[in-house]
Amino acid sequence: MKIDVKKVAKLANLPLTPSEEEKFSKQLEETLDFVKQLEEIETSDVEPTSQVTGLENIFREDEIGDCTLSQADALKNAKSIHNGFFKVKAILEVDNNES
Amino acid sequence: MNLNQLTIAEAKKGLKEKKFSSVEITSACLERIEAVEGKINAFVTKTSEEALADAKSADERLAKGEDLPLLGIPFSIKDNFCTRGVRTTASSRVLEDFIPPYDATVVKKLKESGIIIVGKTNLDAWAHGSSTETSDFGTTKNPWNIEHLPGGSSGGAAASVASDEVVAAIGSETAGSIRQPSDWCGVVGLKPTYGRVSRYGVVAMASSLDSPGPITKTVEDSALILQILAGKDGFDATSSANKPQDYLKDLNKSIKGLCIGVADEYFDGVTDQVRDRVLEALEVIKKLGGKIKKIKLFPPKYTIAVYTILQRAEVSSNLARYDGIRYGNDRSSFGDEAKRRIMLGTYALSAGYYDQYYNKAQKVRTVIVDDFNRAFKEVDVIIAPTNPWTALALGASYDNPMYGEMADVLVEPSSIAGLPGINVPCGFSKEGLPVGFQVIGPQFSEALILNVANVYQLATPWRKEKPKL
Repeated sequence: MKIDVKKVAKLANLPLTPSEEEKFSKQLEETLDFVKQLEEIETSDVEPTSQVTGLENIFREDEIGDCTLSQADALKNAKSIHNGFFKVKAILEVDNNES
Repeated sequence: MNLNQLTIAEAKKGLKEKKFSSVEITSACLERIEAVEGKINAFVTKTSEEALADAKSADERLAKGEDLPLLGIPFSIKDNFCTRGVRTTASSRVLEDFIPPYDATVVKKLKESGIIIVGKTNLDAWAHGSSTETSDFGTTKNPWNIEHLPGGSSGGAAASVASDEVVAAIGSETAGSIRQPSDWCGVVGLKPTYGRVSRYGVVAMASSLDSPGPITKTVEDSALILQILAGKDGFDATSSANKPQDYLKDLNKSIKGLCIGVADEYFDGVTDQVRDRVLEALEVIKKLGGKIKKIKLFPPKYTIAVYTILQRAEVSSNLARYDGIRYGNDRSSFGDEAKRRIMLGTYALSAGYYDQYYNKAQKVRTVIVDDFNRAFKEVDVIIAPTNPWTALALGASYDNPMYGEMADVLVEPSSIAGLPGINVPCGFSKEGLPVGFQVIGPQFSEALILNVANVYQLATPWRKEKPKL
């Protein structure tokens, strides 16, 4: 089974060099090969478990509680801020010919 | 005996009787750290000045008669627990300059109990591993033999306790990360039931598996810490409303008549040295009154595949938040192991593969849960080796993408089912490396497994051995 490492890396937003792509391709194949064993176990009548202690739909009241980070605290670790906001790289292109 | 060699129980007694002060115990720990850290590299960040200041303040409070459960006692905290104002890295370059603006609930509860934090301990980066050598801050060495690994991912925590750099430590386990390094370092490590202890503020790995827990010199200390940590937390929606038991009350209760399950499947692939020590331990358990019963259990080897998929899938989701925008460095700072796991997880969850991998793994998870439920109708607890072999040499995990999962085969099943398990030392291999066994119980049976582990520990001499650092 050949994994499309380029595609997976894009989905996972991980920048990879070509040599990393090759290295990981092999290692991921190895892992996938190993997990094939699961097909040996009969599960046609089995429901999946995602929550082992049986919890469902845990809610709280829709109220502001004690633990809220101050804006200053929330921004403290950011490398790039502006006017109390996190600053990010541009994600939209603006076409200056359209108005 | 040096003050840093004390247990929590001994330290509490001595502090109460004014035989020594918190500053004296803390200084003893800091001196020990100075002396051996160069050899074992257990810490990512040391907080020596703050620790001495906290110890001084603890002494003032002790003098006033304040009676907090852990007042003045030096601890180390695994570096994937957020500690307010103190760098928290998860041993990854991505977070090398991250200073959390809040405390994890575990940290908050321990601080409220009066602990002195001497530093943050080393782990496999993002807790992805069973060796601690995938840390971006260098590997930790096993205090019993510094050419060997301490295990992981809580390798720094286990090493800090084994070497008496601290009185006790906090670690976390997703599948083996408390029990396995505790085994390899000859200390007690408790993985509580999933949901027993809040995960709030712990750098998330696998949200359906992660379990914070104590690493200590004695089972009694483990129970003392669990008493403080157990309980529902409003900040962790997955924490359980199950009422915490009294973990200290029945610690010394006789285990006469208790039914102990032992399965051949858990001795498969185990080295002679490990098997022999564990069988000897079972003889001690028999002398203490335990009734050994042979049982059949779902072969652990299949759980490797289940865990591999579940963990990597949940990791790919949990590590998506590290984008370098709100905190930390960007995703190019991830190490190889993290990148591998993120990609495998992404693949297993992607369109066209979800059913074949993730959904299938969740179904086999049900099979595993049901298997344990069936077993616990026949026996009260299960005893097995914690790890198939003793501490491996440095470098064993390199270029081996399945290293951790293979090493953790004997702990993955109970982790996947959310069960509690405790590692307790049961001797040494002929090379002088520690061997441990684990006691596994049904969900929320910590008081019972602590009881079994405690009576065993009190009946054996292993506590008296110390590494020659």
